[in-house]
Amino acid sequence: MSRFPRYYSPLQKLGSVSLSVSAYVVLAFLMLPILVIIPLSFNAEPFFTFTEGMLALEPEAYSLEWYQQIFSDDQWVLAIQNSFIIGICATAIATVLGTLAAIGMSNSDMPFQRAIMAMLLSPMIVPLIITAAGMFFFYTQLNLAGSYLGVIIAHAALGTPFVIITVNAALAGFDYSLVNASLGMGAKPTYTFFKIIMPLIRPGVISGALFAFVTSFDEVIVVLFLAGPEQRTIPRQMFSGLREEISPTILAVATLLVVVSMLLLLTLEYLRSRSERIRMGEL
Amino acid sequence: MSAHLSIEEIAQSQKQLRRKKVRLLAFTLPLLCFVTLAFLAPIATMLYRSVYHPTVSQLIPQTLTEMQQWDASANSLPPAPVLETFSVELRTLAKQRDSGKLAEELNRAVPGSSSLIKSSARKLKRLEEEALLTGGGQQLLDMHKKWHNPYLWTSMKKLGNVWTERYYLTALDLERNQKGAIEARDTQIYLKLYWRSLRIALTITLLTALLAFPLSYYLANTSSKKANTLMVFVLLPFWTSLLVRTTSWIALLQTNGVVNSTLQSIGIIDQPLEMLYTEFATIIAMTHILLPFMVLPLYSVMKNIDPSYFRAALSLGSKPMPAFFKIYFPMTLPGLSAGALLVFIISIGYYITPALVGGTDGQMISNIIAFHMQSSNNWELAAALGSLLLILIVLLYWIYDRLVGVNNIKLG
Repeated sequence: MSRFPRYYSPLQKLGSVSLSVSAYVVLAFLMLPILVIIPLSFNAEPFFTFTEGMLALEPEAYSLEWYQQIFSDDQWVLAIQNSFIIGICATAIATVLGTLAAIGMSNSDMPFQRAIMAMLLSPMIVPLIITAAGMFFFYTQLNLAGSYLGVIIAHAALGTPFVIITVNAALAGFDYSLVNASLGMGAKPTYTFFKIIMPLIRPGVISGALFAFVTSFDEVIVVLFLAGPEQRTIPRQMFSGLREEISPTILAVATLLVVVSMLLLLTLEYLRSRSERIRMGEL
Repeated sequence: MSAHLSIEEIAQSQKQLRRKKVRLLAFTLPLLCFVTLAFLAPIATMLYRSVYHPTVSQLIPQTLTEMQQWDASANSLPPAPVLETFSVELRTLAKQRDSGKLAEELNRAVPGSSSLIKSSARKLKRLEEEALLTGGGQQLLDMHKKWHNPYLWTSMKKLGNVWTERYYLTALDLERNQKGAIEARDTQIYLKLYWRSLRIALTITLLTALLAFPLSYYLANTSSKKANTLMVFVLLPFWTSLLVRTTSWIALLQTNGVVNSTLQSIGIIDQPLEMLYTEFATIIAMTHILLPFMVLPLYSVMKNIDPSYFRAALSLGSKPMPAFFKIYFPMTLPGLSAGALLVFIISIGYYITPALVGGTDGQMISNIIAFHMQSSNNWELAAALGSLLLILIVLLYWIYDRLVGVNNIKLG
């Protein structure tokens, strides 16, 4: 066992081995439940479990039937469209408002900074069931319940804290003398904003937007309370599917969503390394 | 060059600072207005709904106005004119098919009064209004002997009050007895649920801490290249839809699911275990879902702990175990407490996973709030239960802010 330092006692070696074993066990606990649904979604039988044929790797035990079903079912197609429409609109609102607010909030001269920050971050802290119940009461009075606008506004509100946090982090190392230099040399404020501030905080803005999009894309409870049947989204459709009849179509949707989250993770990783390089001054 | 600023210069700089503050506020103002309208106003509406309940006062306004003169504590029936007005109003409600609403409201305060009101309303519909106005309420009193019970009338007067604390009493399993004193209900429903939610949230917090500790330690002490690769396996679940992860636990834990069939084929069990729709299912699925929230803060703290402290303790003659608990462990506490509070705050208000995998024993307080919102339509009680949960969360959030600082929340 050359990978241990020489001075290690047998007990320390045992401790070190058991530590790495338990770390990998926990990683398996994190990953296996997600990986297990991928092969199950290709099941030819309408079950949520592995058939004997699947275990024997017989080709006829596998099929793409459930994937075809997603795209031939009007409800699922509507749900996919809705998820993207609502998600994109909510993200746009949250990103614009959140980025502007974060620029104000990140400055130490901001009055009432702590109190305002607590207010702006509160949508992230309050349990969704409370938010959803309150929104149901309030939005019904304004005739916003059962409309796209209502769900979009609600999701935008839920997404803004994430934009503030990520843009704030991107602004942490921001050099305000650049803004003063630009303004001092006669640039208009809007020009300064788009040419000086924006390029430097762009990774933060984009990752905030991604967080806001995922918040909306993954949200069920507010949709459950506020949306009518016309506005059903993917998670809403999955939720009612899991409550009523469990069909492997849900597993196929789940597999597609895992692929989406992998793409998202890659994008964020790329952004993170990019913003690190910006901070180092390489870009 | 003078070291002192002139008064004009000070005034100038103060003016500039004020201008800057206004400019900064202007950046934040759009979002502040948006969040106030789209989020804070709904929350305020919910708090308001938990104490404001005008239904009864809208149904029988005239009766309630006249009742103001009547002393409800005298343990007697209201005077005849009140009874007459009530008969007329109940007749009108019956004609408008609204008497059921009054029956439902009164039944919550006086069990059994629902059928009384419904049957009397049916009978009143057939009588003439003039006859009721001059009959001294006798027609109503003759319909059922329950109308002679003063408690029914005092309850009605109390229900007519638009401001009420009774939903909070119900939410805390308390009630007012006939004398008006607050006492505990015979059967506890909501307190039990609060305790169960707290217990489940605490169990999940402990489990995530136990699982996250070795993993974070390993990640923090291995080469950074390997740690970055392994971190993907923590972040992928974190970014995967909550419903996807709940779905996979349903697939795993079902009677004929993956876990049962694996255990059966190995021969550990003969009969499939009933795991889905139990408290166990809620706990294990939520532990899985919330584990990344514990790993991320713990890992970021552990990564910055200098290993030489621990080595110094060892080389000064300490045994590994005491050195670990006295030197290393205390340094991980900022990360551990941040993760624990985060997991606890998120899990106490969880709805989706308990609703899908929890069955009846795995339900938490959020599920009963959703039940009162959607099925029993007792919105005021839902609002009161929600407000109590909100108070708990705000308290925890305040502790989190003291301990960790809200500004230090980092994502990814």
